[in-house]
Amino acid sequence: MRIEGRAVVIDQDDVDTDVMYPGRFLGILDDGEMATHLFEGLDPTLRDQLVGDTILVAGSNFGTGSSRENVPAAMRAAGIRCVIAKSFARIFHRNCINLGVPAISCPEAVAAARPGSRIQVEIETGAIDVDGRMFRTTALPPFMVELLNAGGLSPWIRSTRNGRLG
Amino acid sequence: MGRTLAEKILLAHSDAEEIAPGDFVMVNVDVVMANDLGGPHAARELVTMGVDRVFDPSKIVVVADHLMPAKDIQAAELLKALKAWCDRQGVTYYDQGRGGIEHTVLIEEGWVVPGSMIVGADSHSCTYGALGAFGTGMGATDIAGAMALGRFWQIVPGTIVVEFTGARNAFVTGKDMILALIAEIGVAGATNMALEFGGDGARALGIDERMAVSNMAVEAGADTGIFPADEVTAAYLEGRTDRPWAAVSTDDDADVAGRVPIDLSGLPPLVALPHSPGNVVPVSDAVGRKIDQVYIGNCANGTMTDLRQAAAVLAGRRVHRDCRAIIVPASQRIYRQALAEGLLDIFVEAGCVVMTPTCGACLGGHSGIIAAGESAVTTTNRNFKGRMGSSESFVHLANAWVAAAAAVAGEIVHPADVVGRAAA
Repeated sequence: MRIEGRAVVIDQDDVDTDVMYPGRFLGILDDGEMATHLFEGLDPTLRDQLVGDTILVAGSNFGTGSSRENVPAAMRAAGIRCVIAKSFARIFHRNCINLGVPAISCPEAVAAARPGSRIQVEIETGAIDVDGRMFRTTALPPFMVELLNAGGLSPWIRSTRNGRLG
Repeated sequence: MGRTLAEKILLAHSDAEEIAPGDFVMVNVDVVMANDLGGPHAARELVTMGVDRVFDPSKIVVVADHLMPAKDIQAAELLKALKAWCDRQGVTYYDQGRGGIEHTVLIEEGWVVPGSMIVGADSHSCTYGALGAFGTGMGATDIAGAMALGRFWQIVPGTIVVEFTGARNAFVTGKDMILALIAEIGVAGATNMALEFGGDGARALGIDERMAVSNMAVEAGADTGIFPADEVTAAYLEGRTDRPWAAVSTDDDADVAGRVPIDLSGLPPLVALPHSPGNVVPVSDAVGRKIDQVYIGNCANGTMTDLRQAAAVLAGRRVHRDCRAIIVPASQRIYRQALAEGLLDIFVEAGCVVMTPTCGACLGGHSGIIAAGESAVTTTNRNFKGRMGSSESFVHLANAWVAAAAAVAGEIVHPADVVGRAAA
């Protein structure tokens, strides 16, 4: 799986899911409507940058806090194709993979990226190209790649039902 | 090489013959929990998965707590649909007035036993570690997968053993112990780790305070935070559950990722300042901060232990005229017990609002939102920017002694300065 896009940068560590999607919007079930509240408590103007194919670039412990899946769901609906961070909080990372949003740790690529940087990511190998500079990070475990290729956990279960899992 | 407690639980719930930190495993679940936020999402994902029936209705439990009592029409529609879904699937549903806050309810009602594997669509599902279970939080799609298959994917965590030693000072509770740990290792200090709580200071805690500690394991980034089962656990479970269980513990020669000693003898009551649970200072460093609202409750600290501490401060005193106070017993059981003990009368007489069990204000949903410029002291687990309302508001995390004392003083004070040293 090869992903290309332009960088939108959140240059902070420990960005929590509350600021990315405040609790008062958690009753919303429609992904498109969720996207209109994405980053509401962090910086609502970030939404204006999500035009075309976006690769979100973030700091360490990205997505800490609540297990609310609204964040990756809204990101997906808003056109974010991949998230590259220095590191991820565990539940947020699971949620991204389960929703088919590639989420990869690579501090060096994050350090190199600027707003608008042209980025290419090879999910299978962990190779990341930032404005022509190559970085290599630990590839995701094969099962996560399988989930991403299927489009997430739900389509994966639909297609593999009754089959041997894992 | 021996195994850690977390590894033993995972191994007992997988097909693997051997596991080590970093391994990928499929893990079988004993209980799958969803609340009224993740539940509706999970029900929708099951449709996407092409799954008509959950794998085993007896292992699935749904609790109405975040939106309950319905805050608006949208919430009412979700709750209505969720109950209908639960009835159709034949799964247990704790409706309004029948349960309370999810993690407290599951522990009180006997769903949680030592050695069990419990996943919940809520990050604070690590609370089940208070009874020696591997409880872990996840998102709604994950939970739908567990409801469909009876298992989930997991990377085996390493284990950090936390050794609490020494006797606690007055007004120092389980809340302060976990805040001290988060201050020590940081809010990502246990990412991809299981925390295990040991030492005489851990064993001295009752289940209420163990819940307070395990609850905030995720605030250090951990998968879970486990107290090995002991006689305190056994006494708590007596008559509460008919699920079989056996105490499991870490082998002496197990390979652990780290050991963190915390000396309780020098530990004062603590406060996590805005806007991070890791932004921890002694209460003395926070004294004098004006407080507009105090909130005592939530899945971390809405237990009888917390309410008794708050009542000891509020009995015969009044909430400061410039402050509001909200008391939220974590479950219907606790609500009734507090009523029977006369605590609710103490709270109301002091000028507090006593709410029904709900997550409402803790996550900035409803029933106690704070305005721009306002500051709160709460016994909850998160003080992120805007967590309880306006992005321009400020949340301080503390134990129930400190929270109740702030309600009386209208500012942060050491509780001894309100009630005297002998009251603790």
